[in-house]
Formats: sequence, C-alpha cells, structure tokens
Amino acid sequence: MGKISLEVNGRKVEKEASDNTLLSTFLREHLQLTGTHIGCDTSQCGACVVHVDGNSLKSCTALAADVNGSKVTTIEGLETNGKMHPMQEAFKKLHGLQCGFCTPGMVMSAVDLLQKNKKPSDTEIRDWLEGNICRCTGYQNIVSAVKEAATKM
Amino acid sequence: MKDFNYHSAKDSKEASKLASSSSAFLAGGMTTIPSMKLGLATYKDLIDIKNIKKLSGIKVSGKSVTIGAATKHVEVSNSKDVKKAIPSLSSLAEGIGDPQVRNRGTIGGSIANNDPSADYPSACIALNATIHTNERKIEAAKFFKGMFETALKKGELIEAIEFQIPEKSSYQKHPNPASRYAIVGVYVAKHKGDVNVAVTGAKSCVYNDKEMSKALSGNFSSSSIDGMDLDSSEMNNDMHASAEFRASLVVTQAKKAVDAC
Repeated sequence: MGKISLEVNGRKVEKEASDNTLLSTFLREHLQLTGTHIGCDTSQCGACVVHVDGNSLKSCTALAADVNGSKVTTIEGLETNGKMHPMQEAFKKLHGLQCGFCTPGMVMSAVDLLQKNKKPSDTEIRDWLEGNICRCTGYQNIVSAVKEAATKM
Repeated sequence: MKDFNYHSAKDSKEASKLASSSSAFLAGGMTTIPSMKLGLATYKDLIDIKNIKKLSGIKVSGKSVTIGAATKHVEVSNSKDVKKAIPSLSSLAEGIGDPQVRNRGTIGGSIANNDPSADYPSACIALNATIHTNERKIEAAKFFKGMFETALKKGELIEAIEFQIPEKSSYQKHPNPASRYAIVGVYVAKHKGDVNVAVTGAKSCVYNDKEMSKALSGNFSSSSIDGMDLDSSEMNNDMHASAEFRASLVVTQAKKAVDAC
C-alpha cells in the first residue's frame, strides 16, 4: 500500500492504492474515470492509452506507483468548457468509429502524434497508430479524421 | 496480478542492496508487467531503477556510443548523435513495438530480458558491445547465454551499453504481420578488421553467424552470401514460420542489410 499523488486532467488527486495497482485500474476504479478502456489487457490493443507528462502510454502496462507525481491526461480531460477537442470532433464528423470501444485510446494516441508531428502523412499516421487496434472501421476513416484534426489544431 | 512491494531506488547501490532471490528490477516494465499479469512471473519486490539519473542518457565518443540502461527507445531513435554515429541503431530503436512501447521500454530492460526475438541483442553482438554493470564489464559475445538467460548474476544491474562505431551497418527484419516482432532480424556491421552478422528471432538466442560473417569479411557484397544454405536444425519452428523458412529469411535479410550499408 502506498499513497499515489497525481494531477489528473488538471485536478490534484491523492489516494491510497496497493503497489500492484495498474494505472488503468487506478483511473477507472479509484477515480471513476471510465473513459479509459481496457481491451486486451496485454498492451497490444491501445484502448487504454492516456498521456503521462505529455507522452502517450498504455495505462494497462504501467503501475500507478511507477508514475507517481506525474501529470495524467485521459479522454475526459480533452474537452474545454463542454466543447469537444478537435480530434474528437473530427472522429465524429468523419465516422472514425463504429462501436467506439477503441476510440478513447485511438484519440489519445492521435493527439500525441499531432503534438509531435503537426502535418503527418497517411503513412506516418498509420505507423503511429500501430499500437491501436480497431475491429470495426478498417482504419480508413480514422486516418481521415486525424488528417482533418491536423488542419484544426 | 499478485501483490508485491514497489521500491524506487535512488542509485545502483540501493537497487542492488534491495535485490533478493524473489525480486526483479523494473525499468520500462514492457515485459515484466505483462509477465506478472499473466502469472508467468511473480516477485515479492519490484525495484524501480528508472529514477536513477546515472542510468539515462547517451554519450558519443570517437569510437563508441554509450547508452544508459534506463534510456528509452524513443530517446535512442530521436537522438541526433546516435543517428550520426550509428544510423542503423537509431532505426532499430524506431522499429521496436509501437510508439507507446517506445515511450516506456528501455534498452537495458530489453537486453536483460534477452527475448529470443528482441531487436537490441543483435545490435550488441554486431557492434561488439560491452555491457557495463554495477560490478563489471561483460562482452556481448559472453553476455547472451540462452533463451531469456544472460550472464547477469542476482542483484547485478546493467548500467550502460557501449557500442563500437562501425564503418558501415544495417539492421533488417522480417516482422510478424500482426505483432511486428522480428520473426528474423539480421544486424550486419562492417568494422575495420571484420564483419559481424548477428541474427535474432531465428534460434532460441541471438547469435553471430560465423559462416556469413566470414564470407562477408572476405568480400563485403551480398553476392558472397547469395544462395547460402544455412543449417536449419536448431532454428525455431512454429505456426508463424518453419525452421526452413527462417533459415532462408536469415540469408534474405542479411543480403538486404549488406545492400543497405
């Protein structure tokens, strides 16, 4: 057991958690931020991607203790004053989702890409999203959505 | 995942003092955490070494590139110094896993784990690396002992990996179509005296293919290994690739690497 102190979506949080608590579990079960999804739970599918200190990572494969003291952004932290983030808008507009299960991770990965590469090519988008698996869309509309968001960010 | 005690070590001394027969060092955790979640490994203590400052960073001298054990793949692939000194090492790092894995995974973790299809061990063999631990220096050729086995003793911690800068080098891999790990990866490095052809993914442990190294040391051209018939009896044989296919892939990837040098 130990104290986990994080800044999650701009809010300071402090909770006791056992040392084997995964960041994904901490977010979902201790903070009730269930927008972060757990798909495969083996760090393959990317549904659990969040940002830690500005970089995307798979929260099912990081210990909460391991990121203690960090700034975390989840899908819930993207909106401003009730307005969707341009990446979320683009996914909605261009049908970058069907069932929506992979979407939180897909959006968080894509936002990280645009932080590092403002105008990615189709190949760069596909390469970057290698760790995010979607079983509905066939990826085409996801790539289009990321390109659209790149013009708005 | 079974519970354990998490420790964050300040320095190598503290890390090795905390180590016991039921502990593991934690770097990026890209293998350790999934293995523990699946119940393949259990530890009483996890000793996080990421916060030890001395273990991160890249130093380039005239003859070598030294990378701290806790340096992340993304740092190696983005490093201008590495790109300039050993471009193939930078592109190897860029090809590991996916961006999220590269944001967490470390070079020391990859080497200490010694997965039979990991990319970095081939770089160590091809680039005559020296593994610096908190106790000694180990030549790469004596470090990788077998499947998931290394020369590391309990509580011994990798601090840095020193790669010899080659005249020319290239790493080529045939990735698994779904998971992208190396079904076969070949790292060719031409040094002043000789050529190393390090192979990962093909057998239970990374190795230096003496036959191809010798042929290429005599004549550094892909024609000198063209059509070489490698012994496949010790090669991995699974649903992804038969041993014979792997033997053929080793030659194909080696030729690609020589041509890309």
